[in-house]
Amino acid sequence: MKSEFTPPIGKISNINGQCISLIGNDIDTDRIIPARFLKCVNFDSLGESVFEDDRKTLGGNHPFDLKENKNASILVVNSNFGCGSSREHAPQALMRWGIKSIIGESFADIFYSNCIAIGIPCFTLPKKSIEEIQNYCDNQFLFLEIDLKNSLAKSKDLNFNLEINESSRKMFLSGEWDATSTLLDNKNLIENKFNQLPYVKFNINFL
Amino acid sequence: MSQNTLFDKVWDLHKVSILPGGSDQIFIGLHLIHEVTSPQAFGALKDKKLKVKFPDRTVATVDHIVPTDNQSRPFKDNLAEQMIETLERNCLEHKIRFFNIGSGNQGIVHVVAPELGLTQPGMTIACGDSHTSTHGAFGSIAFGIGTSQVRDVLATQTLAMNKLKVRQIWCDNKLSKGVYAKDLVLHIINKLGVKAGVGFAYEFAGPAIHELSMEERMTICNMSIEGGARCGYINPDEKTFSYIKNKLCAPKNEYWDKALRWWKSLKSDENSIYDDVIKLDASKVEPTVTWGITPGQSISINQQIPLLDDLSPNDKLVAKEAYEYMSFKPGQLIKDTPVDVCFIGSCTNGRISDLRVAAKVLKGKKVSKNVKAFAVPGSEKVATEAKKEGIDQIFKDSGFQWREPGCSMCLAMNSDKLIGNQVSASSSNRNFKGRQGSPSGRTLLMSPAMVAAAAINGKVSDVREFIN
Repeated sequence: MKSEFTPPIGKISNINGQCISLIGNDIDTDRIIPARFLKCVNFDSLGESVFEDDRKTLGGNHPFDLKENKNASILVVNSNFGCGSSREHAPQALMRWGIKSIIGESFADIFYSNCIAIGIPCFTLPKKSIEEIQNYCDNQFLFLEIDLKNSLAKSKDLNFNLEINESSRKMFLSGEWDATSTLLDNKNLIENKFNQLPYVKFNINFL
Repeated sequence: MSQNTLFDKVWDLHKVSILPGGSDQIFIGLHLIHEVTSPQAFGALKDKKLKVKFPDRTVATVDHIVPTDNQSRPFKDNLAEQMIETLERNCLEHKIRFFNIGSGNQGIVHVVAPELGLTQPGMTIACGDSHTSTHGAFGSIAFGIGTSQVRDVLATQTLAMNKLKVRQIWCDNKLSKGVYAKDLVLHIINKLGVKAGVGFAYEFAGPAIHELSMEERMTICNMSIEGGARCGYINPDEKTFSYIKNKLCAPKNEYWDKALRWWKSLKSDENSIYDDVIKLDASKVEPTVTWGITPGQSISINQQIPLLDDLSPNDKLVAKEAYEYMSFKPGQLIKDTPVDVCFIGSCTNGRISDLRVAAKVLKGKKVSKNVKAFAVPGSEKVATEAKKEGIDQIFKDSGFQWREPGCSMCLAMNSDKLIGNQVSASSSNRNFKGRQGSPSGRTLLMSPAMVAAAAINGKVSDVREFIN
């Protein structure tokens, strides 16, 4: 059993953990969490249903079912991971399963912003490096120490310069990835902007 | 970096500040919500003791979980009932306008907002749904967001975002007979790939786009996200303005003149700079059908499913997965593939013009005995109009089931689902594994006219043989 889930809070500068490799391009959010699990008014129980249909199809051999991956927290994926539906349920399910960070060849835009908004740093690496990590994971445990300040991932045998969008990196280091209060700091600017918008003036029938 | 495109202008107009991390803070002019991605956002608002900042700027409807056979309350499905009740409660508590079932204005959020005149040029529009890109058809900058971002819009009416790059997709000539907006957008996604749009907004332009009706333009922008682009848009023109005129929430009288003046000033300049430009010939597009598990895996009706050797190294991995999942052989023709279920509906193709086109194919014909076919209008307004025109009767006479409005089997959150490895001919937008409710169900995406043709023949067919 996994230890009880606690969501990330505040500054995120280091993530240390075991890698779990999931091979495949264009893995969509319907696969990460099928739509039937979206019938909920909170995210609490999504962790156990992550990749439900893929896992059933593989009858216990899916990476998320393998005993050796039980404590993994750094997901290593290929290209266009998280494409399709905007459902935040997908990264929420991954996070509740135990994923704290994702390294991939590329991510779909909405999935990426959902990850930022809930405190999961996503990094990219060239295809070759991803394959190197995935091959390594096939044969042995890979523990990575991720340092967000320097965008580095280190382990006993492998070291990588991770790529991450600069504003995302800064938001993790400052804790502003949880954006609501930062956005609200500009209360007056928001009001001003609203009053300047041309369409606000002619949309008197709007509502 | 792009300059003077519609995207640049609308983005700059809505920019509130540059945040400490370097992202832009963008004001959201219209926020649309529905029952699936909003409850947790309202919950978070409560936890943070925050209020909805501009309740007038958010509009709600219910679409994903609604049953399409019997909509009487309480719903048979307890979880679905709980979700609609939560939305009703949240809208009441926060004074948000809610178009509920029976209001005459309920439906799929991306069908409803345009038909109410809420969607207008020059706005920023966000919704907790990836197909929010639909609204870009009106020259607005519209994109899908997740639940935490829904929370941010509710609490601040703004979002922290990085500006997208802009790619113009220029479509020359015009579509030929029997070829529709759906075929064009499937073609574009196939040519560019499902991840080409990551980091981009797509501007669809050129004679072929100009020629399209507003509803067809919505089909194109709707599927931008299937090409990886979170946002897709078309510069507004006379068609845009006349579509909006007289809609319930559209500006009226002297306000209309003011609106029109501003809207007419809103388009990409002739000398705008794009980050990328792609040109294609729309007259070469043929009726298009997907054969695989991503919307990019499509072919023309008379083509064969590609051989592995014909694909680029990057596409091979997913193609192998697709052959296996779909039980199709490389080199096999897609035409004449037997289908079990035919679905016409969704935010891509559930509007009145979609139903008209399908009805034209179905008139006087019968659905094949082996096929379960059903039509789900995109909204209550679409359903009312269809009844007025007798379209519902044409569908019913042909053997289609005529249902109540909702998202239905596009994502199968209600009881409309594939069973086992059934093959569905679907006018929706995603052919992902398990998308239509069965973990082994198989989806072939196509235009509504092509779905109608498949329903009659019981197999994938060329609709051009029906309309000559």
